[in-house]
Amino acid sequence: MELICPAGTPSAFREAVDAGADAVYCGFRDETNARNFPGLNFSRPELRESIGYARSKAVQTFVALNTFMRAGSEALWYQAADDAVALGADALILADFGLMAYVAEKYPDQRLHVSVQASASNRDAIRFLVEAFGAKRVVLPRILTVQDIARLTRQIDCEVEVFAFGGLCVMAEGRCSLSSYATGKSPNMNGVCSPASHVKYRQDGDTMVSELGAYTINRFGPDEASGYPTLCKGRFEIGDAHGYAFEDPVSLDVVDQLDALREAGVSALKIEGRQRGKAYVAEVVSSMKKALAAPASERNALVARLRSMSEGQRTTAGAYDKRWR
Amino acid sequence: MTLPPALVAPVDLAPLWLIERVARTIFSGVLRSHPDLFERLGDYRQTRYLFCPLDLPLNFLVVPAARTVQVSRKAKRPLSDACIEGPLVLLLGLLEGRCDADALFFSRELSVTGDMEAMLALRNALDDSAIDLPTEIGSLAGPLAPFVARAARHVRKRAFEERDATWN
Amino acid sequence: MTDARTPALSLGPVYYLWDGPKWRDFYFRIADEAPVEHVTLGETVCSKRQHFTEPHVAEVVERLEAAGKTVTLSTLAMVTLERESRHVRDLIGDSDHPVEANDLSALGLVKDKAHSIGPLVNVYNAVTAKVLAARGAENICLPPELPMNSIERILQEMPGFSFEIFAFGRMPLAISARCAHARSKGLSKDNCQFICGQEPDGLPLKTLDRQSFLVLNGVQTMSNSCVVLLDELAALKAAGIARVRLSPQDCDMVAVAVLYRAVLDGQMESEEAIRRLAGIYPGVDFSNGFFHQREGAAWIARGRNAAMGHG
Repeated sequence: MELICPAGTPSAFREAVDAGADAVYCGFRDETNARNFPGLNFSRPELRESIGYARSKAVQTFVALNTFMRAGSEALWYQAADDAVALGADALILADFGLMAYVAEKYPDQRLHVSVQASASNRDAIRFLVEAFGAKRVVLPRILTVQDIARLTRQIDCEVEVFAFGGLCVMAEGRCSLSSYATGKSPNMNGVCSPASHVKYRQDGDTMVSELGAYTINRFGPDEASGYPTLCKGRFEIGDAHGYAFEDPVSLDVVDQLDALREAGVSALKIEGRQRGKAYVAEVVSSMKKALAAPASERNALVARLRSMSEGQRTTAGAYDKRWR
Repeated sequence: MTLPPALVAPVDLAPLWLIERVARTIFSGVLRSHPDLFERLGDYRQTRYLFCPLDLPLNFLVVPAARTVQVSRKAKRPLSDACIEGPLVLLLGLLEGRCDADALFFSRELSVTGDMEAMLALRNALDDSAIDLPTEIGSLAGPLAPFVARAARHVRKRAFEERDATWN
Repeated sequence: MTDARTPALSLGPVYYLWDGPKWRDFYFRIADEAPVEHVTLGETVCSKRQHFTEPHVAEVVERLEAAGKTVTLSTLAMVTLERESRHVRDLIGDSDHPVEANDLSALGLVKDKAHSIGPLVNVYNAVTAKVLAARGAENICLPPELPMNSIERILQEMPGFSFEIFAFGRMPLAISARCAHARSKGLSKDNCQFICGQEPDGLPLKTLDRQSFLVLNGVQTMSNSCVVLLDELAALKAAGIARVRLSPQDCDMVAVAVLYRAVLDGQMESEEAIRRLAGIYPGVDFSNGFFHQREGAAWIARGRNAAMGHG
């Protein structure tokens, strides 16, 4: 299985390449990709240089253009696709059908990968994307079990990439407007979720309150570690009960399922985290690379430190394990 | 780890202008050798960033566009757009891009108030810049550079070893 | 104003789990009394619920068609299991009714058959809408997240095509493999005991500071606030919208339809209609923020251009 690694900056890109990535994915510094965070991402010259570096080490570069084109501003996305192709991207990761149609028609030889944001979760959906746009690979949404994936790979004529480590969307990706409901900014339209521009921390006595827009997302007691107010990882009130209604602040970690995923016919494992630092990227990539090559019994030791660096310092196998539902 | 009192005491006594001059020299050196940092910050160059090390009796106000550092005593906290408070060693880690953005929010040792997005932009920009403070400080020491840098690296290493889990 | 056709009213599928008789009687009354021209129906949110309504589908369709309404069958919003794939295939293959595609699997299967696109498919621009229209889509209900700028632009680029706007109801905001509704009651999705049927209008989820925020509807998360695009109807009509969708809530939907029809026909001021709506669906905050390019929860009152808070 290939290891597909995140890069939010040219420095992180080099770290990922040096740490053993088979491919690095990244995006331009604008709303054409789903990690449109301040201070992050690549200018055209930076991408050119990074692709050159990756090439020199036989590593591929995937460019994510995985937001949905704003009506009337399609030119911004078209230009990004044109530039990514011209700069030598090995694959474009796309979510919007309109953009897929544009790329498929204008650059029939360009490898087209379907972003997780397109939410292709079954054989008919994937066949549609292969038939309509010539998709070569689909990144599966984090809503399938390993058994679902194994069944799926046998039914389709398309490579499958799955998320292996890092942040975990609880909702089907690309189909969630929770962030824009609270802030007006969403992953689909603006490439951000629970944006920092709408985050506030407030002290209420000895309680730390985290807010997103006008809404309280969590309240932390004096001895609790606080967290970033990602909407679906907040604590809420339902009836008389308080708790993490959707998901605890945990990260995805499929190290225990590596063999099962390989047997299920998965072509590539994706590490989430373009917004994380270069040191994090380097550590996750090198640990995962070692884990992939190691026998199952040695893997836990290899990734123990990673787990401590994760959001909430805890990890889950998420939807890959049926019991998660 | 917090700074030992023996180190804090001289800072308490030193005149502000001297501390400010040292801080400003280091800061403009950093900006000179990392022009990409400036570009990456985009609109946040105008932001007034305030750094408040909990173990020093001082605050540092930085406005990247103005290329200035203002140092003030703890009692008088100047106006700022985004403020970060925490142990000095963590704040320096942030400057060097050693401190993950997520660590800013997951660990309660750092507290960020004001414009979160500005702080995130700074963190991301710093992460790309590969600033090495011992080198920067060393470069101010002229012919003594290698010795100063080596000493600074030693101090940093010892500080980091004590807080392995927060660093990555 | 050039071609301001008067838009038709359309009723979306019931997203909640209502028991069979309640569901049937709801549609019987719609057939007999509601001034809606199009009705889309069928379980959309969770395949486990299908057996509640399936026994009544035939009689409901018959009654609606006898009353002159056109009927479209809704497909599932999320398809992951083999059983769900088969269901969507059968629905599209066997039915002589058009379907509303709500996920990509249906999109692949409906090619060259009469069909509509539901609001859960990501259509953010005219390029995408054209791709879907070229594959045989005859009507597209745009996602609730779209602002008026985008709606106008899409309509301009496809004059004459039938677009629909989600104009009343709690908004479907997200869907998950995990059932937060069952979890909140100590159950898992696989052994849920159809607990979501206990809340026919969704289970309220508040913040820890007790702000109304969302409602849970099985695996779907909806807005607590109810979208109300009444002030906006004139602009939508002028832009050339073909259909106005009302999404069923557990309130008097016939009365809701009558109000919307009256405003569309120019027989009632929207302000008056909003006032009356508060009586028909009491205790629920209204919102129209997405339309005005704000946070979806915001309520922008006409002329004042100010948010009235979040309840």
